[in-house]
Amino acid sequence: MSLLSVEDLVVRHGLLQAVRGVSFSVERGETLALVGANGAGKTTLLRAIAGAHQAASGRVLFDGADLSGVPSHERVRKGIALVPEGRRLFVQMTVEENLLLGRTAGRPGDWDVERVLETFPNLKPRRHAKAGHLSGGEQQATAIGRALMSNPDLLLLDEVSLGLSPLVVDRVYASLHGLINLGTTIVLVEQDLDRALSVSSKVICMLEGRIALAGASANVSRDEVTKAYFGLHRKGAGGVPA
Amino acid sequence: MMNQIVQGVLLGGYYALIACGLSFMFSVMRIINLAHGSLAVLSAFALWLLASRFHIPPFYGLAIVLALMAAIGWALQRFLLERSARGGALLPILTTFGLAIVIDNVLFEQFGADTRSLAPFIGRLSYDSWEWPGGLYVGKLAVIIFATAVVLLGGLQLFLTRTGLGRSIRATSEDPDTAGLVGVDARRANALAAAIAMVTVGLAGAFLGMRATFDPYAGATQLLFAFEAAVIGGAGSLWGTLIGGIVLALAQTLGAKIHPQGFLIGGHVAFLIVLFIRLYMSGLGLRGLLSLPTGKTP
Repeated sequence: MSLLSVEDLVVRHGLLQAVRGVSFSVERGETLALVGANGAGKTTLLRAIAGAHQAASGRVLFDGADLSGVPSHERVRKGIALVPEGRRLFVQMTVEENLLLGRTAGRPGDWDVERVLETFPNLKPRRHAKAGHLSGGEQQATAIGRALMSNPDLLLLDEVSLGLSPLVVDRVYASLHGLINLGTTIVLVEQDLDRALSVSSKVICMLEGRIALAGASANVSRDEVTKAYFGLHRKGAGGVPA
Repeated sequence: MMNQIVQGVLLGGYYALIACGLSFMFSVMRIINLAHGSLAVLSAFALWLLASRFHIPPFYGLAIVLALMAAIGWALQRFLLERSARGGALLPILTTFGLAIVIDNVLFEQFGADTRSLAPFIGRLSYDSWEWPGGLYVGKLAVIIFATAVVLLGGLQLFLTRTGLGRSIRATSEDPDTAGLVGVDARRANALAAAIAMVTVGLAGAFLGMRATFDPYAGATQLLFAFEAAVIGGAGSLWGTLIGGIVLALAQTLGAKIHPQGFLIGGHVAFLIVLFIRLYMSGLGLRGLLSLPTGKTP
C-alpha cells in the first residue's frame, strides 16, 4: 500500500481551478519532486495534501485512510507535516518555542529540540532568538526542524530554497540529503530543476494544474522536464507514470 | 498627594484586572468584546445570588462562578463569536454589543433596578485598612485586588510562555492557518483563550461587587474603564494592561483632586492623550487621523 495516494484531485481558488484532476502515489521512503512554473498548482496541491486547502473533488489517501474533511491539525497527528512556502514561522516566538510547537501533535518519535539543533548546527547559538530576527537560512532550518519535531511519516517541503543564497541552499540541501538517507518520505516542491532531480527518486512536472510529465528521476532527462515545464512536452512522451 | 498616588496605584490593579480579559481576547482572537463589562456584572450578580440565597460567601462562591464563567467563555467562542467572525471584523463587535444588551436586560428583568453590593458578605474586609508609615491608610481589599491582578497577570504570562497550551494560544493568535499546519487545533485554542478571558472577567466582577455597588446596567461603565486601560497599556500586552490601569486610575485620582467631578474626566483625558499619541506615532499624522484631505479641493 502506498503511503500517499492522490486520486483525481481538484482544488479551486474561487472560480479558478488550480489543480485539475491530479493523481499520483508516493511509496514509503521515496522522495518525490514536484516541479513546474509559477502558478502550475504545486503549492496548492501540497497545501491540499496537508489540509490547509479544501479539495473540490477527488481524494487524498494517507496510509490507506481517506483524509477528506480531516482538518490540517488532525493530518499532522496522522503523520503529515508541511514546511510551507515562505517558512511561515511564528516570528514573535523564539526558535525553541517554534520547534516545541511542532510537538503539539504528540506523535512518538526520535525528534526533539536537541536532535534538530544537532541536525542544523547553525540554529544552536540562535536557540533563544526570536524567529523574526533570524537570517533566511536559519528561518528555513527552523521551519524544517519544526516540521520534523512532529515525527512525521511524510514531509512536504514547499520551495525550501526560495529567497536563499546559493551557499545557504547548499546547506539546506545537505540537511535534506541526511533526512532522505534516514528513510524519510518527502514530497518536495522545487523551482530549481537540477536540485530537484538530484535529491528525488521520482519527479512530477505540473503545468496549469495538470501533470505534464511524471517518471523516475533517473529515467527523465533535464531536457524532457524543461520541455514539460514550458508546455512543449506531450503527456506520455517520456518517463513513466507516477 | 502621596496618599492619592498610592490609592491610584491600587485602583489601577482593579482596572488591570477588568482590562486583562478584554486585552487577552483582542490579542488572541482579534475580537473586541463589547459584552465584557456586562459579563463582569453577570459574575457579580451570580456571586450575590449565591451569597444572599444560598449563604455561600463570595470567596467560596468564586469556585462555582469562575467555573461557570469559563464554561460561558468556551460556549460563547464556539457557538457565537467563531461563527460571527466568519462574517468579517465588524460582525463580532455587533454580536457582542447585542449580547451586552441581552445580558443587561435579563439581569434587570431578574433582579430589578436596585443597586447591590457584595460588601455585606465579606465582613470587615470591605472597609478594613492598614496604616502605613507616613500616615497612609490603605484598604486591605484594595491591596488584595492589586496583588490578585499582579499574580493573575504573572500567571498568565507564565502560562503563555512556559506551557504547550500557552504556546498554542500564542501561535493561533499570530497565524491560525500555520498553527493548524503544526498540529494546533486553532478552534480549541481560541475557545480555551475565551474561557481564560472569562475567568478573569469573573474575578473582576467579584471585586467590582466587593469594592463598590453594581446594578444591571453597570456593565457599560466597566467596559469603558477596561477599554481605556487596555488602550493606554497597549492592547494585547499583559503587563501593559497593569501600567494602563495604573495610569488611568492615577489620572482619575488626579482629576478628582482638581475638581470634585473630575474623576471620570481625568481618566478620559489620559485615554485620549495616549490614544492620539499612539495614532500619531503610528505614522498616520494628525491630518490622517482626522481624515482631512491633503490635496487642494477642486
